[in-house]
Parts: sequence; structure tokens; C-alpha cells
Amino acid sequence: MIRLEKRPTPSRGWSYLAPLVAVLATMVAGGILFAFLGNDPLVTIRTIFWDPLFGPLASYFRGQLLIKAGPLILIAVGLSMGFRAGIWNIGAEGQYIMGAIFGAAMGLAFYPMEARWLIFPLMIIAGAFGGFLWAMIPGILKTRFNTNEILVSLLLVYVAEQILASMALGLLRNPEGSGFPGSRNLRQYESTANNELIAGWGMHWGVVAAFIAVIFAYILLTRHIMGFNIRLAGASPRAAKFAGVNPNRLILFCLGLSGALAGLAGMFEVAGPAGQISIDFNVGYGFTAIIVAFLGRLHPVGILLAGLLMALTYIGGEAAQATLGLPAAAIQAFQGMLLFFLLALDVLTNFRVRIGREGHA
Amino acid sequence: MGLSIQIDFLLATLMVSSTPILLAAIGEMVTERSGVLNLGVEGMMIVGAICGFAIAVETGSPFLGFVFAAIGGALLSLVFGFLTQYLLSNQVATGLALTLFGLGLSSLMGQGYIGVKPPSTGQINIPVLSDLPYLGRILFSHDLMVYFSLVLVASVWAFLKYTRAGLILRAVGESHDAAHALGYNVIFVRLSAIAFGGACAGLGGAYLSLVRVPQWTEGMTAGAGWIALAIVVFASWRAGRVLLGAYLFGGITVLQLNLQAAGVAIPVELLSMSPYLITILVLVIISSDRNRAALSAPASLGRAFHASH
Amino acid sequence: MSAGSLLAVEGLRKAYPGVVANNNVTFSVGVGEVHALLGENGAGKSTLVKMVYGLVKPDAGHMTFDGNAYTPGSPHEARSTGIAMVFQHFSLFEALNVAENVALGMEEPPPMRELAGRIREVSENYGLPLDPGRLVGDLSAGERQRVEIIRCLLQDPKLLIMDEPTSVLTPQEVDILFETLRKLQSEGTSILYISHKLEEIRSLCDGATILRLGEVVGSCDPREKTARELAEMMVGTELKTPSAADHDLGDVALSLKGLSVKSANPFGTSLKDVTLEIRQGEVLGIGGVAGNGQDELLGALSGELLAKADTVVLNGQPIGDLGPNARRAIGLLAAPEERLGHAAAPDMSLIENAVLTGQVRKNMVHRGLIDWAKARAFAEEVIAEFDVRTPGAGNAARALSGGNLQKFVIGREILQKPDVLVVNQPTWGVDASAAAAIRQSILDLAAEGAAILVISQDLDELMEISGRFAALNEGRLSEPRSAQGLTIDEIGLMLGGAHGMEVAHIHEEANA
Repeated sequence: MIRLEKRPTPSRGWSYLAPLVAVLATMVAGGILFAFLGNDPLVTIRTIFWDPLFGPLASYFRGQLLIKAGPLILIAVGLSMGFRAGIWNIGAEGQYIMGAIFGAAMGLAFYPMEARWLIFPLMIIAGAFGGFLWAMIPGILKTRFNTNEILVSLLLVYVAEQILASMALGLLRNPEGSGFPGSRNLRQYESTANNELIAGWGMHWGVVAAFIAVIFAYILLTRHIMGFNIRLAGASPRAAKFAGVNPNRLILFCLGLSGALAGLAGMFEVAGPAGQISIDFNVGYGFTAIIVAFLGRLHPVGILLAGLLMALTYIGGEAAQATLGLPAAAIQAFQGMLLFFLLALDVLTNFRVRIGREGHA
Repeated sequence: MGLSIQIDFLLATLMVSSTPILLAAIGEMVTERSGVLNLGVEGMMIVGAICGFAIAVETGSPFLGFVFAAIGGALLSLVFGFLTQYLLSNQVATGLALTLFGLGLSSLMGQGYIGVKPPSTGQINIPVLSDLPYLGRILFSHDLMVYFSLVLVASVWAFLKYTRAGLILRAVGESHDAAHALGYNVIFVRLSAIAFGGACAGLGGAYLSLVRVPQWTEGMTAGAGWIALAIVVFASWRAGRVLLGAYLFGGITVLQLNLQAAGVAIPVELLSMSPYLITILVLVIISSDRNRAALSAPASLGRAFHASH
Repeated sequence: MSAGSLLAVEGLRKAYPGVVANNNVTFSVGVGEVHALLGENGAGKSTLVKMVYGLVKPDAGHMTFDGNAYTPGSPHEARSTGIAMVFQHFSLFEALNVAENVALGMEEPPPMRELAGRIREVSENYGLPLDPGRLVGDLSAGERQRVEIIRCLLQDPKLLIMDEPTSVLTPQEVDILFETLRKLQSEGTSILYISHKLEEIRSLCDGATILRLGEVVGSCDPREKTARELAEMMVGTELKTPSAADHDLGDVALSLKGLSVKSANPFGTSLKDVTLEIRQGEVLGIGGVAGNGQDELLGALSGELLAKADTVVLNGQPIGDLGPNARRAIGLLAAPEERLGHAAAPDMSLIENAVLTGQVRKNMVHRGLIDWAKARAFAEEVIAEFDVRTPGAGNAARALSGGNLQKFVIGREILQKPDVLVVNQPTWGVDASAAAAIRQSILDLAAEGAAILVISQDLDELMEISGRFAALNEGRLSEPRSAQGLTIDEIGLMLGGAHGMEVAHIHEEANA
């Protein structure tokens, strides 16, 4: 019989090892899944994890890596704060959309004025504000009316998607687009374009913002009293109240921060890689970022690495789709599986596994 | 004037459009009464939708489709059960993982089924009742699943209120420590409740793909699982109110679809988002009474159980 | 009294990682005997009875019951064999009613309607009146215990196990409970009575087995021993009783003026019009049965529950509406009852737990940034000064034993030099030597001029350390009285007397 025994102190070793083992286990399970789909598991795994980095087309893919990882890291860093405090914002996708809409609207309002020094910073502020605003809805409903933030933040994703559609077809539609849905292309407008800073690297302002967010989050969590309060509230809500933490302020802070970061990610995306507001602008970064946050152990540095890994599965997945005909959905299932394995292995951080009967009588 | 003519049609479709959420919500309510918060309803529904659809298409039998949808949903929910009950993983995170995984898995399974037409689920004809003017059309000319879902709600109600097993389930949800001390197998009770919730969600999903829509499209649940979760809160964990909540929500959906079809001068997007907005509004109203919310929720909801000795 | 043994336990052993809970435990309970299991906290009493009740499987040893080999796989088996148990931490469900709670503890309960009738009948007979339709969450601690007892009695057990049953009763209620137990005994029921209260055992039990550190260290007829002798067998060494240095009281440090606070818990007890004054250098003891507003009183003083500003006054300053850290800054500190999860965060290190309450007075935060070196130094100071046994300040709080963590929690507040310290259950679940050390440190702090409010359910403790005594009963506080010369009966009445309990009247009314 297998039993679990609570460790007196969480294992440091396992908290680092668990994500690695989870990745390996997912590769094995994923290989079996791919084999079921009729693909050679080894070739598929290599196509996803190896070729984008070291294969013949690596130079193209490496740029893509940062483009995909940037928003994932930016959103996940914000989410991880709330998750640590037991505040579950799972509507980052909606905040990401709203950030993009606010940012794009701000930029397009100035069209065709040429004043990048003014317009681009304003767009950044507007993007962050859009996401912040959208996240404040569950925040205020939670603090004022005790409404479950999980459900509200998630339901607001569907609302945001409708607003996105309405914007793409209405308010923000390109007047010179001969009736096609979608806004003007922000990348073709000098004042709003969020282009690569170094050609071929995939490094745009959003990626820079992600790195800055990682550094700030690290300082916040390890040195700042706010980070301490966040960890305390997650570990032990009653002790946090005893320590003088105001739960409502914490809720608003965590939701506001994660919303603003998700909004930023949306704004940088719409002005950069995506280029315009369109009906299918959002591709699920807000949800994948949840996986990134957990895979990174809710730790900023871990999230940085997890974001890169998850970006790799996106790129590798696209490559495998193109060369091996692997269905796009396989990668989504693969990512979900990764989260399962991670959560399962998490148990080893706090528990020892004992094999054998409980009693010897 | 087109609207008034359609009132009876509207009421008749109300029952059909409510059924998927009703099934998912009643299952989740049982799961939550045992003290487990499974946020994976959306994932289980959509896996049920494709399982049911695929089996119904392959065998030509909608009945078998529903059976396998329930099995598929239950199996998936047991992954959640294994992680949360044996490996003590966080229920919120694991539920989210279940939804994300379910969405991916279902699109993978559904590769070959896009655009396929499922065998039709026959409507039953109840002699006399179905022929009643007006009422016959609204109440008595649906498929079997509509009536099954109603019977299910009544059975869950009776189970929780009158049976010993129901009492044990409620006890486990109230205090797993006390239940354990009295010798009840907390994990077994919870796994059963989780599996029941999964099966119900699977049925709800299959009802979408086999009856309500009826075809398979990726992500076709479109938040129905989350609305089912909200309805459980709305219902204060009571079976009768789950029925009320689901039918209310179904009514809103049908109404907004009809308004869209009728070309009323309200933006389509606003109509499409109205069910979600109204759900949020209802949640706010229900939870604002803090004391009542605290009293009606199972006390151990979402807490991990580990026998320390 | 005992005619042949009902339960015999031989060589029972149970080990957990790092600790042997029971080793080679042997004892027996005779038919119709009231047998005491005596030992201090952590002696292994609870593990032992959990093995008898089928909740825990022994590693070695065997048991016989009624002459047959007895190896219970679950409490269900224990109950069908004829063993019933009243738990210390009740095995009750607050949101279910009395009848449902009783049904859950029975193997084959009759239909609800019939069960409700039997509950009424049995509870009347034993002087433990109960309404089967009431929600358990609405009952007082004493009433909840009645539910547990009735649940056992309805099954006509041969052996009734009671784990520390009197900790939730007033002295008057204890007397009535003992009458009920004697009745049961006279009907032939055996009772295994677990306690660390010596006088109780001397007045009730026919035999006693004494446990220390998981092993049997002696057995005796408690009626033939003095309380002192029993205590020494139980603890192993002679105990120092804490001593208070003589000192004069200063000005009023803290006063509560008509403090009323609503409980945050739906089944909690709200405070009603609590008024008291406490002077510098004084220890004021507040007694009460569990669930009479103790948590709320602590919360209202620590700042977790806010009240009208002028209902709580510290050194002349109204502070009722200030939060915890604002109160700490001006010298009011608190140590709640629940160590793990309230006073300390179980999964965080002792250093982080030092920041939890020490951040303000120990100046650990500058411009929002935590000075971890200072936090570590403070944690290590607490560990050294209060003899906290731990490998290091970096260890998680949950890794410490109850006594050591409690010393850390109390020490953390005392070393911050409070003007007023409020503690709830300072020695609950703590071994005797740690408890003595904690009580002494409280007295020392008072001698230095701090005002101390000790909330406790342990009346002996309160009599030992407090100068004045008041009682909490259903959220109301009695007028404080000098602790010297208070009799147990007087204290009992202050605690609310018998709360409607009556003496059992099953055989003849003459006893009532």
C-alpha cells in the first residue's frame, strides 16, 4: 500500500525537481498520445522540442520564441501574485482583450498624427488601464458583495470577446478596409508600431516589459512587505488577518496588478505581432498563462523559464502541424497534461511517499 | 408582431436549451455537497459532447452516445478525483487544468467529426398529453433526456433528503474530519460524488452536441460549464433551485436568440453577452448576503482532506 | 466492582515517523469499571483510544473484548462490538440537526421520526435535555457534548470511551455528568475515562493506568493516591509551580467600556456589553467554557474585529477602530489560541513568523522592504530566550511540537515588551514543563509592569496565575472578582452554572 506522510518542512529539492519531472513525464505521455494519432513519437517530440531551437530553421523559430513567451510571462507573473494569495483571477484572457482594445483605441484616436514619443506611452498606459479596469470588476464585486472572483472573471472573458467582435466590426473598423472586419494595422502606423527592437530576435517592447515584470515581482515577493503579505494570506488567511493584512486591499491589489499586466500584454500584442484588432485576435494566452504560472511554481524566475518552455511547445506544435500534420489541438491537450503532471508531482514537495502496509500486526 | 406568435415555441425551446446546464449543474451540486469544488465542469462537458457525438455517429444510436458521454465525463472527472483526493493537489488549480485539458482533448478527438450530422434523438410521444393543445407542445413533446434530467433532479433531491447515503454525503461535505472520526470513508464518498458530477456534465455536453445544436464544433460548450457552476451558487446548493436557475438561464438564452433572429434593434454583441452579464448579476445578488452564503455552502467545500493518523 | 475484564489490551505499539506514540501498552478494563487513562498532553492517550475505537491500526500487540480477540478495522466494527466513544474535539456536523448527527454515529439508526422520539426519551432520562430538530451549530459546547453522549447511549454500549469530556463543562455540569456516568456504571457499562485532571479521576474512577511518553508507567487505584502522587507519576519529575513576585499595581492600562462585537463566524458567539479594567502589573484571568466568546474577545482586542473607537481604551486613548498593527505600535499585543494557522503560519519559517507580528515594534520594515537580517535576529532571540527546541530559525512552524511552537508564539510577543498582552489558552495542548515555563514568563512580564489578560478554559491555570478572575458566558463578562478565596462552586456559578442540565433520573427519582 502506498501512503503519504506530511513532511515537517517542504522539500526544497522537490520543489525544483517537480517541474522538470513533470515535463519529462508529459513528454512520455505525449509521445504515447502522438503515437495514437499515428505519428512517430520520437520524431514528434524532436520536432516540438529540439528542432525549433537547434534544427535547420532555428534562426526563424528563435525569434518566434520571445514573441510567444513575452505575453505568457507578462500575464503569468501577474496571475502568480493572486494565486499565491489564494485569489483566483482566471479571466486574464478577457483583461488581455480589453488591454488590446484600450491600447489600440488610444493609438488610433491620434491617427494619422506623427508623435510616437507621446502616442506610444499613452497607449501603454491605456492598455494597462483597460486590463486593470476589467479585473477591477471581479475585484470590486468580491470585496463589496462577496461574489466569487473565479466565476466572474471567467464569465467576463465571454463578455470581452463580444466587445472585441463589436469593436472589430464597428467602432475600430478600418474605414479604408473596404468593409472587411478589423482595425487599421497598428504596425504600419509609425506612432503606434511595436516592432522588433533587434531584427530577428523577436524582442519587442512587450518582451522588455515581461523581463522588467519578472525582476519587480522577484523583489516584491522576496523583499517587500506586500509580497510577504501576499504569501502569508495564501499560506494562512487567518494568520494574515492577525498580522494586520487587509484582505480587501490585497484582493484589489492582486486583481488590479494581474489585470494591468494582462492588459499590457494585450496592448503590446495588438500593436506588434498581431497588428490589428480583429475578431480572432485572442488566441488563449490568458489561459495558457495559468499553466505557465503553475509550471513556474508561482515564482518569477520559474515563470520566465516556464514561459519560454510553453512558447516552445506553441512553436514546435506549429512546426509539427506543418511538417507532420499533427492536429493543432494536440498541443493544447499536451499543455493541459503538463499541468496535470505538475499538480500530481507537487505532492512530493509536501509529502513523503511510503510504500508498505501501515501496520505490521 | 413576430414575437408574440412565437411564445409557445419559445417556451418549448426553453426546456431544451436549459437541459445541458441543468444536467451539469445538478451533478456539480452533488460534487460540491460532498465538499469538493470541481472547476472542470466545462472540460468534462465538452469531452462528454464529443464522446457522445462520436459514439452516436459510429453506432447510430444516440442512446449509446449518451451512455458513453456519461462514462467519458466520469472518467475525466476521476483524473481530477485522483489528483485532489489522493495526491491532495489544489482543487482550484486542478479543476482549471481539467478544463484546459478537456478543451484540448475534445478538439483532438473531434478531428474527424466536424460537419458530420448525428443520428437524431427521437422525441417521445406521450399519448393524450402530447396532444394537449398548447401545453402538449410546450411540456410533453420533447426527447427523453429532457424528462430524464427532471427525474434526475427529483432523485438527487430525494437522495440528499431521505437516504442514509445522502446524509453521509452531506456529512462528509460539512466536516470531513468528523466524518472520518466516525469511520466513514471520506475519499470513497468524494470520489463517487466527483464521478457522478463528471457523468452528469458528460450527459449535459452530449445533449448539446446530439440534440441542442446538433453537430460537433470545437469549444461548442462556450462557457456553459462555468454557468453551471454559477447556477450551483445561485441555487445555494439545493436541488430544486438548481432547476429554477437552469430554466431561468435557459429562458434568457432562448429569449436573446429569438431577439437576435427577430432583428430587434439591440446590437447582436450585447444580446450575445447578456446571458453572461445576467449570470454575474445574479451571482452578485445571491452572494451579497454574506451570512446566508456562508451558511448554505458546504463547510468543507474546497478543503483538502488528509487523515493525519 | 470489576468482575472479570471486558477489554484487555496487551503490548500495543504504534509508531509514526520520528515518534513512538505508544509502546508496549498493556492494561484492562473490568465489566462495570470506570477506568482512567491518565497522562499529560502528548503521552499517547489519544492514539491509544483511537486504536481501541478502530480509527488507527496498531503496529503490534493485540486486544480482547468480552473474551474474544478484537481487531477493529473501522469504527463501524468497534460500534457493532459494543464500544462507543465521546470525542474531545467533537465529531459533530454543525449544519446538520441533532437527530441527523445522532444517526450518523449509529450503525443501524431507526427512521428519523422514531429516532427523534428516542433522543427525547433518553435525553430526558439521563438529565441531558436535547431538541432533536435543532442545528448543532446553534448549540453550546456543553449541549454538543450531550449530543455525543446521547449518540453513544442509544447504542447501549458495553464500553463507553470518553476523551477529556469535562474540558467543555462548568464545575456544576461536571458533577451532573459524573452522576450520569455512575448511573451507567451501575447498569453494568464500563467506562474508559481519559483525562489529565487528577481530582476528577480520584472522585470518579475505580482504576487508573498512567501513561508517560507513550508507555505505561504505572497503574493504581486512584482513590488511594493523592493528587500530588498521581501528578508525579504522570509527569515523572517534581514540578515547580510558577511564583509571582510581589509588586504594586499601576494605573489602568486597558479598559473595555460596553464592548459589543458581532462574531465573524455564523455559528460564533457575539460579545455583549463587555466591560472591564485592567491595571499595569495585573494578571486578569478570564474563564469560560469553550465557545462563549473567547475567540471574539481576543479578536476585538487584537484588532481583527473592529468595534466603536471608545469601547476599547488603551492608556486613555480610544482604539476600538484600529487594526492589529496600529494597536501593536502603541503597545497592545495578543497571542491567539490556535497556534497553527492563526498565531503562526504553519508552512512559513520561524523567521517569517517573527515578521508576522514583530514587523512594527521591531522596526523590520523600511520603505516597504523587509530587513531579513533583523527578522532572523529577532527569531533567534525568541528561540534562545524561551528555550524553543528547533534545529534553526529557518524551519517551518509546523515542524515544531505544540509546546515549542507555543513558547515561540508567547515569547515573540513578550520580547516585544508590550504594555498590555492578551493571551488565549496559553498552555492548551502543551506539555507540563512548557506550560510551567509559559506561566512563569507571563508572571514575570506582569512583575515588570505589563497588564496581562489571560483567557483560558483551564480553571486551575487561571487560579494559579491571575490576581482577579472574571467569566465569559454566552458573550457576556461577569464582574471580575479577586481570585483569592474563590471556591470552585462560586467559579462554576460565574461560568453559568448547570446550563439546564439535570441529574439523571433513570432508576429512582430519589437521586434527582
